[in-house]
Amino acid sequence: MAIDLKTVKHISKLARISLEEKKAEKLADDMNSIFKFIEKLNELKTENVEPLTSIAETTLRFREDKITSDNIREKILKNSPEKNDDFFVVPKVVE
Amino acid sequence: MTEITSLSLFELIKNIKEKKISSNEIAKSFVDRSEKSKKLNAYVTENFENCLNLSKEFDNKPNFDLKLPGIPIAVKDLFCTNEVRTTAGSNILNNFVPSYESTVTQNIWNEGGILLGKLNCDEFAMGSSNETSFFGNVQNPIAKDLVPGGSSGGSSSALAANLTPVTIGTDTGGSIRQPASFTGTVGLKPTYGSCSRYGIVAFASSLDQAGPMSKDVKDSSILLEVISSFDKKDSTSIDFKRNNYSSELTKNIKGIKIGIPKEYRVDGMPDEIENLWKKGIEYAKDCGAEIIDISLPHSSYALPTYYIVAPAEASSNLARYDGVKYGLRSYGESLIDMYEKTRSEGFGEEVKRRIMIGTYVLSSGYYDAYYLKAQKVRQLIKQDFDQAYNTVDAILTPSTPSSAFKIGEKSNDPVSMYLNDIFTVPVNLAGLPGISIPAGVDKNNYPLGLQIIGKPFDEQTVLNIAYSMEEKINYKNNITDWWMK
Repeated sequence: MAIDLKTVKHISKLARISLEEKKAEKLADDMNSIFKFIEKLNELKTENVEPLTSIAETTLRFREDKITSDNIREKILKNSPEKNDDFFVVPKVVE
Repeated sequence: MTEITSLSLFELIKNIKEKKISSNEIAKSFVDRSEKSKKLNAYVTENFENCLNLSKEFDNKPNFDLKLPGIPIAVKDLFCTNEVRTTAGSNILNNFVPSYESTVTQNIWNEGGILLGKLNCDEFAMGSSNETSFFGNVQNPIAKDLVPGGSSGGSSSALAANLTPVTIGTDTGGSIRQPASFTGTVGLKPTYGSCSRYGIVAFASSLDQAGPMSKDVKDSSILLEVISSFDKKDSTSIDFKRNNYSSELTKNIKGIKIGIPKEYRVDGMPDEIENLWKKGIEYAKDCGAEIIDISLPHSSYALPTYYIVAPAEASSNLARYDGVKYGLRSYGESLIDMYEKTRSEGFGEEVKRRIMIGTYVLSSGYYDAYYLKAQKVRQLIKQDFDQAYNTVDAILTPSTPSSAFKIGEKSNDPVSMYLNDIFTVPVNLAGLPGISIPAGVDKNNYPLGLQIIGKPFDEQTVLNIAYSMEEKINYKNNITDWWMK
């Protein structure tokens, strides 16, 4: 099954990556050649196989819900592209 | 005495403990050589001044009980380092300065290691040639315009060029073993769960593992001992009894059973690789190992499986780069517009390609056909290994289907690039330990590696076989320092 330009644009919306028309075409080509290669998996019958979700055969551990870091607000905010006092600033989201 | 920078980690530690050289002398030597080697483009961020200062501090108050006493070490720029810029080779993290330290690097500093700098890598560790890095190509010290492998390409280049005594990389589908193979060095990917993933910029969480890269097997055993630890901060870290890998290292592998999987004899594999493998089998026999033919029937499905699982996990992991709390932000009219532009400008082509593949295979209506299918095949691949390990202790294969290629040679064809990892990817899917050791050269004198794959948590056997074979192979890199001329 070929991935068309419309699908590529839809996926880029889902992935939140803006895409120029020309790049979208190239990406469609690349994805088609990669998926052609992936289709090989259809040779295998897997109805009765359990999916492997984690290679580490352990159940996830519980821990106490406790704060362990010191006051690191300043350090965290230092990396933000735009801030205002103790807040991260983003483009307006309410009308 | 031979130049300080060409000494092994083991020799440096010995010299420092016997007070024949100081930490500062060592640091100076590696800083000097690194300064003269900028053409290799191995570093993204230098920490030279800090390193020199810290080495003086060490000399003033030395502690020779530590495992890495005053040893300068450069690390892949995928490990978060407190207060030192960490980019993951990406424009989107170009200005990111972590406020915390990865567990693996913390373990190194706790044992007396000193950060020398952050090494170039493929963007978010996605690549096999270091060509996807935002910070440019890295040169392989073996020959001009040759790729150093990837994604730990800055690490392999710096190591082979003697810019750092040892280094650490990460390996999601071969990113430690393939660059080691391309540069005539040793690279070990430990069992999934051995080394903490805390503070490592995530690519594919069910596959990512950190591991040592070194000039010889003994050095890898020393470094593994330091970095392998149980860590509560990583939910998939495993609490098992870790060996004292370096003191338990032995060349005696008499009677060890080594499997040769017939499926790894792939179509179009160059004769050189085939012959290297045959030679490897002879070396293993000479070391006292018993060779047994085995079958890993689902081997050819590993790469297609990987190219569903890894991008799916990556698309989810990389959703966090939205231009809000850290990293690059591009201007946008609205919040969504800002997200889309930030991610479009911040990510490179290969990363975008993989996010797109991952988003597609996880999208509504396709999940069962792709992601679930891949998880099922992953089970079959793991069962192949489980089965094989009923009769053998380890498996011997080539590390890569070719030697290092020229910069630009494969960068336009993603599938041909992906084929580089054909022998390494199954090991990640099954969560096993694997090492690449240099074993010979091709017709151009470029290094070729052999891979030894072990049972889960049996790094010791993997190291012992490698240590024993290393002596028989007696490989020496022939590096002419061409980039300094």
